[in-house]
Amino acid sequence: MAETLVTEELANSIPQLKDVRSEERVSVASNWKLVWWRFRKNRLALFSLAILVFFYIIVLFPDFFAVSDPEETDARLTFVPAQGIHLIDGSSIRLWVPALIGKRNPDTLAMEWKTDGTKKIPVHFFAQGYTYKVLGLFKTSLHLLGPVDTTKGSKIFLLGTDRLGRDQWSRMMLGTRTSMVVGLFSVALSVILGILLGGISGYFGGMSDLIIQRLIELLQSLPTIPIWLAMTAAVPQTWKPTQVFFAITIILAFIGWTTLAREVRGRFLSLREEDFVLAAELAGCSRLRIITHHMVPAFMSHIIAASTLAIPVMIINETTLSFLGLGIRPPAISWGVLLQEAQNVQTIALAPWLLTPGLMVIIAVLAFNLVGDGLRDAADPYGH
Amino acid sequence: MLKIILQRLLILPVLLLVFSVVVFWLVQAPPGDFLTSYVATLSSSGSSIDDAQVAALRQQYGLDQPVYLQYLHWMEGLFKGDLGLSLEYQLPNVELIGERLVLTIILALFSFFLTWAIAIPAGIYSATHQNSLLDYAFTVLNYFGVAVPNFMLALVLMWIAYDRLGLNVTGLFSPKFMNSSWSMARVGDMLQHIWLPVIILGIGGTARLTRIMRANLIDELNKPYVVAARAKGLSEWRLILKYPVRLALNPLVSTIGWYLPQLFSGSLIVATVMSLPNIGPLLLRALIQQDMYLAGVILLIYCGLTVVGTLISDILLAWLDPRIRMESA
Repeated sequence: MAETLVTEELANSIPQLKDVRSEERVSVASNWKLVWWRFRKNRLALFSLAILVFFYIIVLFPDFFAVSDPEETDARLTFVPAQGIHLIDGSSIRLWVPALIGKRNPDTLAMEWKTDGTKKIPVHFFAQGYTYKVLGLFKTSLHLLGPVDTTKGSKIFLLGTDRLGRDQWSRMMLGTRTSMVVGLFSVALSVILGILLGGISGYFGGMSDLIIQRLIELLQSLPTIPIWLAMTAAVPQTWKPTQVFFAITIILAFIGWTTLAREVRGRFLSLREEDFVLAAELAGCSRLRIITHHMVPAFMSHIIAASTLAIPVMIINETTLSFLGLGIRPPAISWGVLLQEAQNVQTIALAPWLLTPGLMVIIAVLAFNLVGDGLRDAADPYGH
Repeated sequence: MLKIILQRLLILPVLLLVFSVVVFWLVQAPPGDFLTSYVATLSSSGSSIDDAQVAALRQQYGLDQPVYLQYLHWMEGLFKGDLGLSLEYQLPNVELIGERLVLTIILALFSFFLTWAIAIPAGIYSATHQNSLLDYAFTVLNYFGVAVPNFMLALVLMWIAYDRLGLNVTGLFSPKFMNSSWSMARVGDMLQHIWLPVIILGIGGTARLTRIMRANLIDELNKPYVVAARAKGLSEWRLILKYPVRLALNPLVSTIGWYLPQLFSGSLIVATVMSLPNIGPLLLRALIQQDMYLAGVILLIYCGLTVVGTLISDILLAWLDPRIRMESA
């Protein structure tokens, strides 16, 4: 043991040997490790990945990040503007939110909200709030942020309220869950369909290839948005939110799989001629084994990159459909459903904070695109 | 060349026939029919309608027949050039769609030309000035162009116009020209209104095309023939515009095939948000009201536009690229 330690030290002290060692490290690393090393160099992609991880933490625990019950309405608290969070209170460091006073304008009869310069609502982390179930398992009332005083008078609205007096911030957290999961699910479904049908088409060729290719061409020459609208309009009004959710997921995947199937087919066609597939065939591998053990791992990283780039498209599509009133339906909350509240200019001029879910869409889509681009570059062995 | 066009033209009716089945199946798929939603609307507004009357109406519209018979009737009408009757508006569909269809096409074409007019020079500049400040600016703009949903962009721009300039930038015409017949003054009025929807609709595509153009041109710029031409003393701009740009444009033509259809169906969203009088909002309302013949005809028109868009791109590609001509000859 002592001997190996010495050589280790010795090797590290000689620069040339160190180079050889790092080269060795590269040559024995698995494909995934190589992809990760290349991906790591892309700062922007890494940062975007961190954002996505954060988004999916919200997806897991949306209620924890919410401040007040997203369904709770209050007719006296409509269109309350966003309250900023302040850190410094006089000379001490303490989180607080300025209290607001509402006054009805005698001419327009609309509520007008002003910050009350004298009153401050102290806020703290890990506050008690409304009760919810964590992952559907156990009950808790712990929230990331909340007013210290939990009586009725000291409510806080970080992003204001909508026309029914519901807390926009809390609703946005819940909406994040739906929208991010719709994107993920519909792409997962597209990937399964794409690999299956694209694989059959590319590996077996012949008649099945012809049929699947014609089907893809047919689906791709459909006008996507109008057809999606017609399909979602056909979802019965009586369905429960979860049913609607899965219906929308399937509808989005219905056209989405074709692009991925094309990609998979192309990869299969080029890999089929490779020596390692021939070697596996000669060694007596079954077709299924060749596909699952030799061919699929060879292009899996590309598929992952391509599906990462497909998720933002799905998110935008879901948001658009819901915005038009034909996607996810209230009482379910998604970014698109929230943006429905901001459908005309007059409302936006009155309550610009209702557009904040759109900001979330943009951030999520940008992050997915940057991560996807980074993955695509990292997965290409001839890239750099 | 003629053979390719003929081949494509022959597939066209087959495709449209398949689409007509899909479309009809979709528009009649929602549970209930127009009359159930009509009765529901009536009862929610306090009035009601006799059951016998509903049955009579159902018979008159042919909604009591089996689906395949309804489809056949519909197709029969379409072949005779009769687009049917809108159940909700009680007007022939032709009248409802007519002008709106023209505006849909005008909007898409304007956006298309704007996209190319911006994307090609921007792509050329980015490729020839890699890593310059403007190149980075284009890259950032590209990412945002793809990331911002169309309707969001429309909302924000409308809000800015309303808030800062006091303008209400909805619709395509001033009230004065809303229902008047076409004249030069009306066209001028439309041109004053159309620029904002055109920009909103075209911005995502511009972003994507700039990226494609940049990548294509960079590939071409590294080729030996460029070096040879430069060594011969050709001026830089003439060299770039005369050879690599022409080659880099070639693959871009194939993007028309998906871009033009995308503009047709994408205009639906912008039109709904900005209440433009094109077929998009009409379709949306028809779908919600289960006005199935109107919805069916509009969906079929969208399908037709999509197929024609692809056809144009195929023909252009064959015309530009001799390899494709040879392959299918």
